[in-house]
Amino acid sequence: MSLSVRARLQRGSFTLDAAIDLPLEGVTSLFGRSGCGKTTLLRIIAGLEKVRGAEVRFGDRIWQQARHFVPLHKRRIGLVFQEHSLLQHLSVRGNLLYGYKRTPKKLRRLELGEATEMLGISELLDRPIDQLSGGQRQRVSLGRALLTSPELLLLDEPLAALDTQTKREIIPFLSRMAGEAGVPIVLVTHAPDEVERLADQVVFMREGRIDRSETLREALSRPDSPLFADAGAASVLEGVLGRENEHGLKPFGGEGARLWLPDAATVSAGKQTRVRILARDVSLALDDPRRISIQNHLHAVIERIDPPRNGRCVVATRTADGQMLLAEVTPWAIRQLGLEPGTHIYALIKSVALME
Amino acid sequence: MLGLGPEDWQAIELTLRLCLYTTIILLVIATPIAWWLASGRSAARVVVQAIVALPLVLPPTVLGFYLLIVLGPRGFVGGTLESMGLHHLAFTFEGILVASVLYSMPFAVQPLTEAFNNLGRRPVEVASSLGANLFDRFFTVILPLTRGGFVVAATLTFAHTIGEFGVILMLGGSIPGETKVLSVLIYDHAEAMNYEAAHRLSLMLVIFAFLTLFVVYSITRRFRVAKV
Repeated sequence: MSLSVRARLQRGSFTLDAAIDLPLEGVTSLFGRSGCGKTTLLRIIAGLEKVRGAEVRFGDRIWQQARHFVPLHKRRIGLVFQEHSLLQHLSVRGNLLYGYKRTPKKLRRLELGEATEMLGISELLDRPIDQLSGGQRQRVSLGRALLTSPELLLLDEPLAALDTQTKREIIPFLSRMAGEAGVPIVLVTHAPDEVERLADQVVFMREGRIDRSETLREALSRPDSPLFADAGAASVLEGVLGRENEHGLKPFGGEGARLWLPDAATVSAGKQTRVRILARDVSLALDDPRRISIQNHLHAVIERIDPPRNGRCVVATRTADGQMLLAEVTPWAIRQLGLEPGTHIYALIKSVALME
Repeated sequence: MLGLGPEDWQAIELTLRLCLYTTIILLVIATPIAWWLASGRSAARVVVQAIVALPLVLPPTVLGFYLLIVLGPRGFVGGTLESMGLHHLAFTFEGILVASVLYSMPFAVQPLTEAFNNLGRRPVEVASSLGANLFDRFFTVILPLTRGGFVVAATLTFAHTIGEFGVILMLGGSIPGETKVLSVLIYDHAEAMNYEAAHRLSLMLVIFAFLTLFVVYSITRRFRVAKV
């Protein structure tokens, strides 16, 4: 099952020329700078942009081909926009139920109570829209889309208008939605951290074209990955979060590759989750230092050392549980320690780098 | 009552009927036109905008003259009606109704276009994604969110139709109960030197016009809909 889109569009000096098959599972991120055409592509998938000659297929259903065009209200798509898009004349409940009421009973997979509980908005049901904060509004938008029991969720920069704090509050809900709702998600974003936290598949777009489509793992193992353009190289580790110990730290990941995370309150224990570690927050040591304030030491084996860029090399290491962890060190340190592929090292990770 | 004679009452009844029908017809016609004007991108938009606004600048006699020709027994519309065994539209209530619809068109289209522009496309896109079809979207999203624009459009259309004179005189003449509306009657009273009767009706219209504009501007302020 895949979502396949073929579209060409000329609008002023902007040209979109895209042909791609997206997997219909997990989270697929359309990533690129603003103006690269990712939102336009999303709107073509939704049927909001009726581009002549475009072709859109969802699994074995044809949404658009030649003169055949299925309008958005018949596509069963959940849409969440960047800015506040709640219907102002309705209360929170009215918004949440607008789509629910229009979904045939036998197609409904989610009830109001479940959605509001999952998104933490049960208390807000009878509030008017203008009394909600930005984060609450986005959560209501998400709930409203989910309550139509969609077969595909399209999220157009749902976090872009939110401040960092609110973003941090929403991301866990998004990853829960991806996991629990079982609906394929297409996420448009220009923020590498959102991709790293949420995506399984990444489609890189540039100037109206699709550069490359690959798994997040592949995208993160390329030293020239566009995801690294702003904050530098980063790794994403997946694991299960354990119960808090007496020092207020939560264990993350399996035996031999365990990290201790402070203050990961938003994610509940026992859940599969991800942490993002910037390569510049990782140092390498040949021995396991004991008398040091850094708590997280992982044993790993060097797999690759990239040529220096801006006076620093990215060293790709493989942890004991087989995940890739990137470290950024100077070429001088590499010579000094005699690092090369196959060297056993200890990666020292500052705890604070795991907070995200 | 109010010192008005049966002729006055007949004119008042006729005028109100004309205004009511015009308003209802125009709201139905102007809504899709305004929606298209607010959302379209094509160059045809400017042409339609200009045509809709024509009655604002044309002397009413010009509009009335052309309508007289088209709707009259030898005109395209009037002639067609005659050949179907019906009556042509010059000097009839139906004729001045057609004229009023055209004449008051900008007063319905412009506030609605403005309201739809302010609304933007987003709420409609949201409603589509939530499974609402065209009519559903109109009645559950567009109408409640732009009702200020609809009230302004209806009020202005109604009021402007009351003030219609030139077009009606050209096309409808002055047939009691059929085309003799208030503005025409006042003209007739003044012609007949019956200043007292003309005064009474004129004052009534001044008060009505003031109240209408008062209502429109309070609504405009409340709904933040741009003025015409």
